[in-house]
Amino acid sequence: MIPLSWYLVVAALLFGIGVYGVLARKNAVAILIGLELMFNAVLVNVLAFWRYLQPGETAGLVFAVVIFAVAAAEVAVGLALFIAVYRKFGSSDVDDINLLKW
Amino acid sequence: MAFLQDPTLIVEWLRQLLLGWGLSPALTSLALYVLGALALATGPLLWVIFLIWFERKAVARIQDRLGPNRVGKYGLLQPFADVLKLLTKEDIIPAKADKFLYWMAPILSLAGVLLLWPAVPLGKGIGGNVNVAVLYLVAVGTLSTFAILVAGWSANNKYALLGAFRTVAQMISYEVPIVLALLVPVLLARSMNLQAIVAAQDVWFVVAAPLPALIFFVASIAEVGRTPFDLLEAESEIIAGFHIEYSGMKFAMFFAGEFLHAFTVGVLGAVLFFGGWRGPGAEAYPILGLFYLWLKAFLLYFVIVWVRGTFPRVRIDHLLDFTWKFLTPLALVVLMATAVLDKALVRAGAWPRALGLLVVNAVIWLLAQRWLRKVEKRLEPPMVAQPGQYPVARYTPPEPQAAEGD
Amino acid sequence: MVTTFVFLLTAVVMLVAALIAVLKDNLVHAAMGLVVTLFGTAVLFVLMEAYFLAVAQVVIYVGAIAILIVFSIMLTRRVGAAWGAQTNPTWPFALLVAGLLTVLVTRMVRAWAPDQVLPAAAAVPADITARLGAALVDPNGYVVPFEVASVLLLAALIGAVYVAWGGRKAEKETHK
Repeated sequence: MIPLSWYLVVAALLFGIGVYGVLARKNAVAILIGLELMFNAVLVNVLAFWRYLQPGETAGLVFAVVIFAVAAAEVAVGLALFIAVYRKFGSSDVDDINLLKW
Repeated sequence: MAFLQDPTLIVEWLRQLLLGWGLSPALTSLALYVLGALALATGPLLWVIFLIWFERKAVARIQDRLGPNRVGKYGLLQPFADVLKLLTKEDIIPAKADKFLYWMAPILSLAGVLLLWPAVPLGKGIGGNVNVAVLYLVAVGTLSTFAILVAGWSANNKYALLGAFRTVAQMISYEVPIVLALLVPVLLARSMNLQAIVAAQDVWFVVAAPLPALIFFVASIAEVGRTPFDLLEAESEIIAGFHIEYSGMKFAMFFAGEFLHAFTVGVLGAVLFFGGWRGPGAEAYPILGLFYLWLKAFLLYFVIVWVRGTFPRVRIDHLLDFTWKFLTPLALVVLMATAVLDKALVRAGAWPRALGLLVVNAVIWLLAQRWLRKVEKRLEPPMVAQPGQYPVARYTPPEPQAAEGD
Repeated sequence: MVTTFVFLLTAVVMLVAALIAVLKDNLVHAAMGLVVTLFGTAVLFVLMEAYFLAVAQVVIYVGAIAILIVFSIMLTRRVGAAWGAQTNPTWPFALLVAGLLTVLVTRMVRAWAPDQVLPAAAAVPADITARLGAALVDPNGYVVPFEVASVLLLAALIGAVYVAWGGRKAEKETHK
């Protein structure tokens, strides 16, 4: 069987890539993509711990289900904001959104 | 002839044969898996060739034409001629297309349909035995949506992109009633395993759940994108939609994917609502179950073709209204009613339970119809072309008649 | 043996796709990279015998979230328009932060190194999905988080519609 730490390392790399995406990207949707990568890394972590530490319990799975719901909610609101901003500014770069009021 | 009673013997025989050739057990298992996958992928694809002939012939007869009748007896060889034509056609890739995605889209489209098959139980003990099969069907369905989005984008064509947007809006919307309708058989069988769902159908679920069956069927036709919901390729509005730039074999893959998807809808409908492989003698001879499943699926497929030959295309806003304002609420109500009543009748036998649910379905249908009549009166009047005016996007309703008093 | 091979293959494909997702200037390609990563995660879930969540991952992430992302990328661009650079000028700092974080976490995991201790985890019970379903609606289980999640989803739904709609004025302008 695959050791637990392998999953953790993969998740850590995925998380790091996601962090880079969030910090380095200009476009709002690209930042969301980075966020999704981070969410996925967390999911892999949660499920790996569930599988290796408490496979008989449902706690880990419930945690993952809740993360699914949060991720879905976050993307829906994020993209709605993005569409609204795009309508106002005609651009989707976060650098262009530099007014405090309009 | 023992394999008639237990088709797994064929697998056993093959395994012994391969082992006899000196292969290692692991390699043998791998070879058997590959063989199974090949059989499962090739069978449906060959079947599509016949489906194309059948559909063309059937639609032709509905429209009072002869249909293909030149190549071979009854035009049976027509699809082969079509395939030859498509194979020898020039394979055009638009200059500014996104090459990689352009190549991926047809493959994804066909894969999205073929991947549905492993979950389908083909007979007692044969075919899919996936634990979360119903959810799996929904998951795989998203692949075809993706294929269309990718195809529309990568071709770098305005109409293709418009077609793709329309299609994705349509497919995502219709997925909601499909999932809700799928939940009813799951509820009745108390399992997401399709084998268990088939096994639970001592009384076909279509008796206990006629409305979900209807919703599933209608929404699936929309999901496949067939007339009357074929807005993705409305020739008069957006030419050919998302596959406008595709030619040759790549187009053929979309085409085959669509036909196979329509038949697969028939198969899934048969499995979920019409007892799957069940029929006289199917328990003892699983091969017979395969035949029953095929027969039921084919009948359902015929209804799809029939609908295609009969109904005109609906308008895009009507299409979306239909799912969000009618199918989805209806599916929700039926699901709730089924859940409550099923729990109440849990001690009753199979038939009383089914009949009780049937009555509830009928009541809901009558109420829905009454509601529809009410809405119909408030709806816009039919589109009439005014002189000097386009009857397309905007039209002025005729002058209001004598006031009825609000 | 086979599992190890599948795991390594999936991990490599996933990470390469994730890199594509954050590095490519062409955002549609980046989104496709995200899709491949999401599928890879689903494969990892299968390896961990969380079949229900693997399929749910595909339904929710690939079927809904990724499609929404691709949709909004495509909606906010002209077909064939050039993409231009998609990275901030400060990307080296981002690289530094992300790299440091990754190295630290990886080192921490290696130092903790439970791989010698834990490989023989107990088997997953066959009815785990049924138990998950029961636990989600069990008053002594997780019914509160479940309901909170549903309220959150409802709030997000209404909020998203309200924000993206932009009122009747915006609607009139788009339909002009």
